[in-house]
Amino acid sequence: METYLILQITWWLLLGVLLIGLAVMVGMDMGVGTILRYVGRTDMERRVALNIIGPHWDGNQVWFVLGGGAIFAAFPLIYATAFSGFYVVMLVLLWSMIVRPLGFEYRGHLDSPRWRAIWDWALFVSGCVPMLVFGAAVGNILQGVPFHFDWKLTSSYTGSFLALFNPFAILCGLLSVALSVYMGASRIMVGAEGAIRARAQRAATVGASAALVLYAVGGVWLRMISGYTLVASPAPGTPQTPLQQTVTQAAGAWYANFSAHPALWLLPALVFVALVAGLLALRNGRALLGWWLGALGWTGVIGSVGAAMFPFMLPSSSVPAQSLTLWNASSSSLTLVWMLGFTVVFIPLIVWYTSWAFYVMRGKVSEEQVAADKHAY
Amino acid sequence: MIDETVVLLSRWQFAATALYHYLFVPLTLGLSFILAAMETVYVTTGRPIYKQMTQFWGKLFLINFALGVATGLTMEFQFGTNWSFYSSFVGDIFGAPLAIEGLMAFFMEATFVGLMVFGWERLSRGQHLAVTYLVALGSNLSALWILIANSFMQAPSGAVFNPLTMRMELSSFAELIFSHDAQAKFVHTSIAGYVTGAIFVCGISAWYLLRNRHVELARRSFRIAALFGVLASLGVITLGDALGFVGGQAQPTKLAAMEALWKSEPGPLPFNLVAFPSQSEQTNYGEVQVPYALSLLVTHSLDGSVPGIDELEQRAEQRIRNGIPAVQALKALSSNPDDAAALATFRAHEDDLGYGFLVQRYVADPAHVTEADIARAARDTIPPVALVFWSFRVMVALGLAMLAFFVLAVLYTLRNTVERQRWFLWLAVWMIPIPFLANEAGWLVAEMGRQPWTVFGMLPTWMSASTHGVAYMAFSLAGFVLLYGIFVVVEMYLMVRAIRQGPDGPDVEAPFTPDHAPATVLPAGNRGP
Repeated sequence: METYLILQITWWLLLGVLLIGLAVMVGMDMGVGTILRYVGRTDMERRVALNIIGPHWDGNQVWFVLGGGAIFAAFPLIYATAFSGFYVVMLVLLWSMIVRPLGFEYRGHLDSPRWRAIWDWALFVSGCVPMLVFGAAVGNILQGVPFHFDWKLTSSYTGSFLALFNPFAILCGLLSVALSVYMGASRIMVGAEGAIRARAQRAATVGASAALVLYAVGGVWLRMISGYTLVASPAPGTPQTPLQQTVTQAAGAWYANFSAHPALWLLPALVFVALVAGLLALRNGRALLGWWLGALGWTGVIGSVGAAMFPFMLPSSSVPAQSLTLWNASSSSLTLVWMLGFTVVFIPLIVWYTSWAFYVMRGKVSEEQVAADKHAY
Repeated sequence: MIDETVVLLSRWQFAATALYHYLFVPLTLGLSFILAAMETVYVTTGRPIYKQMTQFWGKLFLINFALGVATGLTMEFQFGTNWSFYSSFVGDIFGAPLAIEGLMAFFMEATFVGLMVFGWERLSRGQHLAVTYLVALGSNLSALWILIANSFMQAPSGAVFNPLTMRMELSSFAELIFSHDAQAKFVHTSIAGYVTGAIFVCGISAWYLLRNRHVELARRSFRIAALFGVLASLGVITLGDALGFVGGQAQPTKLAAMEALWKSEPGPLPFNLVAFPSQSEQTNYGEVQVPYALSLLVTHSLDGSVPGIDELEQRAEQRIRNGIPAVQALKALSSNPDDAAALATFRAHEDDLGYGFLVQRYVADPAHVTEADIARAARDTIPPVALVFWSFRVMVALGLAMLAFFVLAVLYTLRNTVERQRWFLWLAVWMIPIPFLANEAGWLVAEMGRQPWTVFGMLPTWMSASTHGVAYMAFSLAGFVLLYGIFVVVEMYLMVRAIRQGPDGPDVEAPFTPDHAPATVLPAGNRGP
């Protein structure tokens, strides 16, 4: 039981790490897509921006695939319930995301300005729509999602599609777009010079400022939102279903963990400190430092949401007693052990060869270089 | 109770998106190794033409790869969006290989493909070669883990049902990844990808030879692909036979459907070369048979026998009867996990739980099952025979045709006479769609032959689907068809355009001397034009 408990908490933390990896790495490339038409006025300028992330977007995107796989393997009930519940939104997310690989790969094949304009818009849509959906999904999860189970745990979602687009969810969606714009813009600043870099800096400033405001407003708003409290359930660390719990709802309940453990306030504080410092770093031309501070900002955002909800992962607004927690939604002990083994071996390896890939492709991308390189996007 | 239309639409959507994804994956698997082989020759000999070859085929590889990646994204999430009960019921086992695929394989493939494209000027020759090999290794490891996951659906091993969590749970990781089905299936499927890549390269090279364009590049590419292809197509057939042998033991209903074997009979069994199976009458029309052949194929003996559909239906009926108390007990355990009597009943019947689920399609309450319901559920255990029977024959016939093609291709290319055989070059061009058809047919045999189960013998397909409305499903299926339709047009356009343009830069005019070809098969008089 002890071991299982520790494994469950470890996987809950690891899921956080994977989500941060997803937000930082995929979010950066999506931010570039979102601001592509702004930072690049000419086709050549846009190609410079695309070629900065060109060698890496494919690898970065695997954080998204891995995020999906890890939720499936470690928290199958979350994977099953959330993705089917958010069906139409998931389709919008996937349909916009699958245009992206084609945008990168196919854009440069023809010289026609119309062809390229189509893919520029495709990259814009596939940059901002998924980020909006990610954020909005978290916004909805914080409010609870209307779903319930039958006796053999078949889940049914009873909400409407439009209900997912409520003001708080949109605010969370915009926060995630703003952070991705900041990350994408600071990445472009690392790799570009001249006018592109100057425009990227303006985009980054807007992104970080918007993120600061949205996060603060969201934090205040969250106090009024009805949070969830686990009153009674089978002991954590024992095999269980979500059918034997008592859960209450009250405004401000998502702040209970922060009241109980004041050290958790460091997480929201990290968001403010990192983003303000990031803005200053960019102003001083320290683009790479600014990027890393943005990554810390994401860590604070995702960390604070996790801290507020613990141990909940997917609260049910229609039948709160069937809410999913890390205790009732996680995989068996044996699966968690094996997955942990693979993660411990492969994540450092991935970080190592990804760093090597960035090292190989280091340096500035210029218009001359893009024009001369027949492999460039 | 789940709407049958929703289940049907979910199946159509999964089949459409999986078959579509599977158009691009085999080519990635095969072409990545052919690229690695070409680049190896470049690095060891230093001849620039091999660099040009690697880059040209690499360009086509990437056009295909982009769509493989794009359509793979939706597959990773479709279990959750559309097969929600499946995902929670077997996610404890099935999710692991998918996640490991990301960790071990896809990350490697996707990270290094960026360096493969952008790294030509930044990496040393040896480093770039290593990067290309890592892409090939990554894509093949990716296939390994996906097929381990698929094999769990075909021949579940290493899992037990836990009534405390109401789902299947992992009991042995080793049994999961080393299942015989997984091994045979991985080798069979990935080698089918090599055949696909080899036919693709042969066909396009033949087209250049017919047009007298890029002749040096085309000759060499043709030769490498032909040699690669003849070995691969032999491998596919051998492993296909092994897979049939292993799979037939794990899924007797699939085997009976593949052979349209309606009645159990003692061996020796004849092989139906042609037949027109009628599911409703449970008989075949227009049979053309080869005596002894089926016994030889499926039991590897002359007089062996395998159960026919009539016998399999009777067995299923028994198991359904035995499974109903398991479902009843499980329902009691769901509301009270401490019910010891229910647990004892469940333990006595748990092996047939899946069969108990089957009959729930007709009556939700296990207490009210009638004989007619049991008979209907037993009949459901037989997959659509005509479809599986013919998909199998199409796959095998195309596989044999490709083997014959490669034998001739190797013969002609090693004697340097391939350019004189214009009919053969045209044949090579027309062969390009063949492996894709064979791959899709193979998918149909594997997945339609598994019906009515998503996890064979454990979880019926009708139960696995998410509880969406018909409108949602119609919307999503229409969206996928529209989007994927546009994608394939764009992809084909760019592919054909890139082929018409040919390799970058002027043709490398190194005279073709067969000095690096195996000298023993090159009699002096046969050196070609």
